[in-house]
Amino acid sequence: MKSLKAIWSALFDSLRDLLPIIVVIGFFQLAVLQQPIPNFGEIAIGIVFVVIGLTLFVQGLNMGLFPIGETMAYSFASKGSLFWLLCFAFALGFGTTIAEPALIAVADEAALVAANGGMIENSKQSMASYANGLRVTVAMSVGFAIVLGVFRIIKGWPIQYLIVVGYSGVVIMTIFAPKEIIGIAYDSGGVTTSTITVPLVTALGVGLASSIKGRNPMVDGFGLIAFASLTPMIFVMGYGMVV
Amino acid sequence: MLHILTDLFFVIVATIWDVLPIALIIFGFQLFILRKPIPNLKRILTGFVLVLLGLGFFLEGLQAALFPLGKLMAQQLTDPVFILGDDAPHVLQWWEYQWVYLFAFAIGFSTTIAEPSLLAVAIKANQVSAGSIGVWGLRIAVAIGVAIGIALGVYRIVTGTPLYWYIITGYVFVLIQTMFAPRMIIALAYDSGGVTTSTVTVPLVAALGLGLASTVPGRNPLLDGFGLIAFASLFPIMSVLAYAQLSEWQTRRSTKARNP
Repeated sequence: MKSLKAIWSALFDSLRDLLPIIVVIGFFQLAVLQQPIPNFGEIAIGIVFVVIGLTLFVQGLNMGLFPIGETMAYSFASKGSLFWLLCFAFALGFGTTIAEPALIAVADEAALVAANGGMIENSKQSMASYANGLRVTVAMSVGFAIVLGVFRIIKGWPIQYLIVVGYSGVVIMTIFAPKEIIGIAYDSGGVTTSTITVPLVTALGVGLASSIKGRNPMVDGFGLIAFASLTPMIFVMGYGMVV
Repeated sequence: MLHILTDLFFVIVATIWDVLPIALIIFGFQLFILRKPIPNLKRILTGFVLVLLGLGFFLEGLQAALFPLGKLMAQQLTDPVFILGDDAPHVLQWWEYQWVYLFAFAIGFSTTIAEPSLLAVAIKANQVSAGSIGVWGLRIAVAIGVAIGIALGVYRIVTGTPLYWYIITGYVFVLIQTMFAPRMIIALAYDSGGVTTSTVTVPLVAALGLGLASTVPGRNPLLDGFGLIAFASLFPIMSVLAYAQLSEWQTRRSTKARNP
């Protein structure tokens, strides 16, 4: 009885999270565009799916992703091997990014822009190799970002100094990078961090900061995602200059 | 009905492929480097399965219900025929896109509230800060940031001003805010820039940018369609820093009022 009540309240929470989108789309469709809602039945089923999905995701987050991220952070901290921790950080950043569907889409579009702008040959083959190169570049940059972020947590450096350096890097690269690549580069920072990576990486950072003496999980534990969205911008502009 | 179920199956299979490299890395390091059994392994595996199923349902539901309508809407709202309405044909000025700005603001806000990765970070921040950062407070602060960011990004596409002016000005603003913000919020604020743009926001916002860049005269969709995501990752940093400054200022004022 109690668990049934918990499920209901979880489903209700998810529905509340979704409500703003339903209101916005409904308002614009009916009041602004003044058109009926097409395929009403299908949309209703879709909304039920989204609500179920969000509820299951939050359950799984608390049961699986958060605990495993924290457990690994504690084990690495107690093992005391910095080398393996940094290897893990790189593998996690690289591995989660290289297969990211949003990144694949952005890389293909970037190849199209490059071909139209005459930066590369306008053939399928050269576009595919450009897109692949870009994906590997972004994945490397995210791997590098997580390594840097983990190192910062261990050393306890204030995050803003590193961010200032990163921002300066973006500004300097913007001056020299080809104009066509700038928009894609700025966007690539946002697309790298997927729904599964974010909870894992957050749990890892917070777990590390709470298992190392003298670190505060609130001040030091966050910030890994920030690096992961900053370095791709610099690397992609660099890629645009080199290729 | 049937095709939704088969689609659901394919989406779940695709999600398994996304999760596979992550699972391999985690279990590989756990088995070969750390060489420790995972505590509560059964519970954690169940959690992974729930995340997989959850994302599968979530994505399929979005694709079946909200994305087609949202994308169509972005196209219709940016269509010059709709913007002109009953007026005589003329060259459109930037203020005539008022519905597009409002749509950008509203869709930015509402998709961010539903974004699962932001929810994850908000839950964690709430736990770590022992409740002093509210799950809803953070989510609303981030959502307002995304809404303003996307509305401004739409204005940039309409006017055709260079993207880097806005981004670099934004950076300077963030750095100034950082100097005055409470120390404990800074890392979280920087993080909230990256978490806002995932599964729900990106497809709808990209459709809006592409629709605008292909209908506003003089814009090239390949060049000007990009950049909205960048706005959506920069402005939440400012709004979260501002939220922290405001709540600190309020606490200070109320303690002052109590002990004058």
